[in-house]
Amino acid sequence: MWTLLQIELYKIFRRPRTYIAFAAITSLIAIVQLGLKVDGKEYADFVMADFKNSFSIDGNTLNGYFVCYILLQLLLVHVPLLIALIAADMISGEANGGTLRFLLTKPVSRFNFIMAKFLAATIYTIALLIWLAILALFVSMFIFGTGDMLLLKNSYVVQLQQDDIFWRYFGAFGFAALAMTTVAALGFFLSQFAENSIGPIVATMSVIIFFTILSTMSIPLFNLVKPYLFTTHMVSWKEFFDIKVDENNATIKGTIEHPERIVRSVTILAVHIFLFVGASLYVFKKKDVLS
Amino acid sequence: MNRVIKIFSVVISLFFTTIIHAQDVAALVQKVKVKLDVVKDYVADGTMKTDVSFIKAPVGQVKIYYKKPNQFKLKRDGGISILPKGGVTVNMSSIVSTNDFDVIPAGEEMLNGIKTKKVKLLPRNENSDVVITTMYIDEANLVICKAITTTKENGTYEIEMSYGKYSNYGLPDKVVFGFNTKDYKMPKGVTLEFDDEDKATRDKMKNKKGKVEIIYKNYSINKGIDDAIFKK
Repeated sequence: MWTLLQIELYKIFRRPRTYIAFAAITSLIAIVQLGLKVDGKEYADFVMADFKNSFSIDGNTLNGYFVCYILLQLLLVHVPLLIALIAADMISGEANGGTLRFLLTKPVSRFNFIMAKFLAATIYTIALLIWLAILALFVSMFIFGTGDMLLLKNSYVVQLQQDDIFWRYFGAFGFAALAMTTVAALGFFLSQFAENSIGPIVATMSVIIFFTILSTMSIPLFNLVKPYLFTTHMVSWKEFFDIKVDENNATIKGTIEHPERIVRSVTILAVHIFLFVGASLYVFKKKDVLS
Repeated sequence: MNRVIKIFSVVISLFFTTIIHAQDVAALVQKVKVKLDVVKDYVADGTMKTDVSFIKAPVGQVKIYYKKPNQFKLKRDGGISILPKGGVTVNMSSIVSTNDFDVIPAGEEMLNGIKTKKVKLLPRNENSDVVITTMYIDEANLVICKAITTTKENGTYEIEMSYGKYSNYGLPDKVVFGFNTKDYKMPKGVTLEFDDEDKATRDKMKNKKGKVEIIYKNYSINKGIDDAIFKK
């Protein structure tokens, strides 16, 4: 199994396509950081314009923690598309190259074969998120400094103390890893059904876009299915940045306002991964491999 | 004829009584002003609590800088401080820093067990943001216990003060600043928060009263402060 995993990782990281995602994330983060460094004050004033009608805010609101939050909001919607490039190619790519049947002539069980490929896709996903964390969090902390974090929600404002933030990012990136693994599992599942890479990649992207639209639209009919869509739960990393308050509205350090929402989302995402990987195993075991 | 003289006498005596009362309270305000005038500047350490339904903020250590006539700066550990506009930065010294107001007596009132004189200050300058200030003055100690100020731009706010070892300077140990809050609602496109908040959260945010409490630990008075501090 370990040898299989090594082979799969070698294949993933040998292909130039793999590095498209890393390059895309690097350039997107760099451009946003540059923009915020040059004109960040105007952006912060625009975002806080409504709040500043009643309150005056003193201090550096545009620090590294806040910039990282903006970057995650922007990027975690699009990273699934980059993950689909690799995950949806895992089986279909072999079929397209005509190597799938050849690989299965080796004395390796189909279970181990599938699990090694899925684990390799998961490792790629986590590597991408670690790269994202390094650029979005650590580089932003270096460029913009640190301090308290001021977040504007729809109808309230949250101020987090600077020594109460880092662990939240740790949790948020951990959660994002699970959410992105769900996307990888979906792409992996769809890659069973085609003999070229384009079909499963486009299909994965389409499913994500379709479900994301359903998740964000507040229409009663869609509200019925929303709780069961994995795209609804992919944004629950934000729950790490909401905090409980006491009876005087003072924040309680080290708390999360709705931990139960995180648990529910983790459970639903884990169930999706289990179902997609289980279905992949089932389909592949039954599959008559001809290519 | 006698009746007319009686009525006239009553009116005249009422008129003069009012004038005498007004002069009394004007003198009282002047005494408070003289006491506050001793403080040219101060730096104070303290803690600040913000109690506003739609602001989740921690209790923080703050440093407060004041310099006559109306320079005020509050700095918080960690860097970000949120204060209601207009209000907290107006302190008692800046309210009575000029003599450009009319004083109207408004009776006496007990406030937390302290007998206070109620005084209304009306600015003579029509461009002043302050419309009216009602002050409750502890006559015995010459300190302002409470002030309610109505402004043109920032609504009405209420400041309650309690005093301790710095009462000789007219500086409070604790200030509670109360104000009305406006609706706060961000467009979802700006916050990128597309998830709906539950009803309980929405109901909680509807409380329109806000409060900022500052507890002063120590003052460093008349040691001089660089103007650059207020510009940062």
